[in-house]
Amino acid sequence: MLKYLSKRLVQSLIAILGITVIVFIVLNITGDPVTLMLPETASFEEIEAMRQKLGFNDPILVQYGRFLLNAVRGDFGLSYNYNQPALDVVLERVPATVTLTLAALGVSLLIGIPAGIISAVKRNTLTDTVIRSLALLGQCVPAFWLGIMMMLLFAVRLHWLPTSGFETWGSLVMPAFTLGLFTAATITRMLRSNMIEIMGREYIDVAKAKGLGAFVIIMKHAFKNAMSSIMTIIGMQAASLLGGAVITETVFAWPGIGRLLVQSINKSDFMVVEVIVLLIATAFVIINFIVDILYCVINPRIRLQ
Amino acid sequence: MRLFWKSLRESKTGMLGVLIVLLVVLTAILAPILAPYAPGKQDLMHKLADPIFAGGTSDHLLGTDQLGRDILSRLIYGSRVTILVAFFGTVLAGLIGVMLGAVSGYYGKWVDAVIMRIVDIQLSFPFVLLALFVAAVLGRSLRNVIIVAAVSSWVQYARLIRGEILNVRELEYIEAIRSVGAKNNWIILHHVIPNVISPVIVQATLGMARIILMEASLSFLGLGVPLEVPTWGRMLSEGRDYMLTNPWMAILPGLAITLTVLGVNLMGDWLRDYLDPKLDI
Repeated sequence: MLKYLSKRLVQSLIAILGITVIVFIVLNITGDPVTLMLPETASFEEIEAMRQKLGFNDPILVQYGRFLLNAVRGDFGLSYNYNQPALDVVLERVPATVTLTLAALGVSLLIGIPAGIISAVKRNTLTDTVIRSLALLGQCVPAFWLGIMMMLLFAVRLHWLPTSGFETWGSLVMPAFTLGLFTAATITRMLRSNMIEIMGREYIDVAKAKGLGAFVIIMKHAFKNAMSSIMTIIGMQAASLLGGAVITETVFAWPGIGRLLVQSINKSDFMVVEVIVLLIATAFVIINFIVDILYCVINPRIRLQ
Repeated sequence: MRLFWKSLRESKTGMLGVLIVLLVVLTAILAPILAPYAPGKQDLMHKLADPIFAGGTSDHLLGTDQLGRDILSRLIYGSRVTILVAFFGTVLAGLIGVMLGAVSGYYGKWVDAVIMRIVDIQLSFPFVLLALFVAAVLGRSLRNVIIVAAVSSWVQYARLIRGEILNVRELEYIEAIRSVGAKNNWIILHHVIPNVISPVIVQATLGMARIILMEASLSFLGLGVPLEVPTWGRMLSEGRDYMLTNPWMAILPGLAITLTVLGVNLMGDWLRDYLDPKLDI
């Protein structure tokens, strides 16, 4: 298991390194940040002097090395827009995004797991059809539209919840549901097919033959074996949650890094964009690494290999 | 072919999906004939008119927006961007993915290692984030949205094809063809790919649904096609500002997106059952 995990660790590090290459290349083909820093009236000589001073005339590999070194030190330069270190601007907003993403994950598990199990156990009944239709619909509705519709209903018409921002815990409800429903639908669909497959195996027949109660069989024998597939889904869905946060935060004016990303893109504040992209991608790689470890913990068969 | 129609007739949801998709495609093609007004035409006397079922007049069946543009016409024209991006994005992603996946799976060794590392890196990049990043850097245009769609979804095809090819490669008949002197490229193109094309078609349909949602998200965030081109995502984002007074402005484009994605997904589910009954995702 240690060998497997160390291999995965190396892979994760390579992935993160690859991401820095992509970010570096993309930001360097976007054009010259120097022209953004100086006033439009700056002369050619002034621009050249600034380029020389900031090291934009060095060979590209030297520039990449410096970029990497600075990134490791946490130095990403100043945000044009906020005139503070870009990293600080981003880190300030991280807790809001983490809160939202975790809440959304909670929502998706609380809905997806029971729905998936019930749907599998009551296979081909009306309950199953209803759950499956809702799950399919959940995968078709664009998150931002769902968010706006919830706002219309719960905030504008019924006045139950605040429309946007992050002042009370009540303001977390709609964004968390908006972000979590797609994942809930995915979990429901995958858990259902996984449970059905497991329920057809021989050891379930053995458990039935032993006279165990239906609940024990479903929860202890079937669901426990479906757990590892849920872990995989969570690992895969981490990307869609982190990505979806960008849209949900924009819809609800949630003060997290997703909204900051969109604002920074619109204002060409590329230092901030760079930090956010690196941060989210790294977070995603780490989440998947943790999922792999948990996978080994849950499933002894993998641990032994 | 007869089996195909029989299977489609028997599947109610599959039929529904195909009909919805056909409807949207026809709307996109026939937009200039179907739309009562030009999508950018402003009727300043009737700004923010309600749809006919909410107290509006028959001049503008689904009402008008803040600039007095006819919402029905904009919805009809909006389908064009959706269809173009979904189609070309999927085709491009499929071509890149199938090609790299085939090469990776067939040749193995270092070619495989390099391509699979690229896949890993790509997979460690959240989809929307990548789309936003590329769109921000390349700027707003239809071509760029298609590139974003392709770049962010080729990986699925590459992985799928690679896995299938690893299975097919060792089959006896491939050995037989090789022993009579067939070249690798010939074998891949004529014998390996035709064998693994069904799962690719299924993946393409389901991937198309994802691309439609992605395009809508990009447009919603103002990072899709140029702002003057009508798209459903863009209409929704404009409608959000008038939510209190004119909720239909936001409701209608959202319904259009949901319905289209639903149609594509239903079609994909049916195709999966039809082409590959073993697969059950």
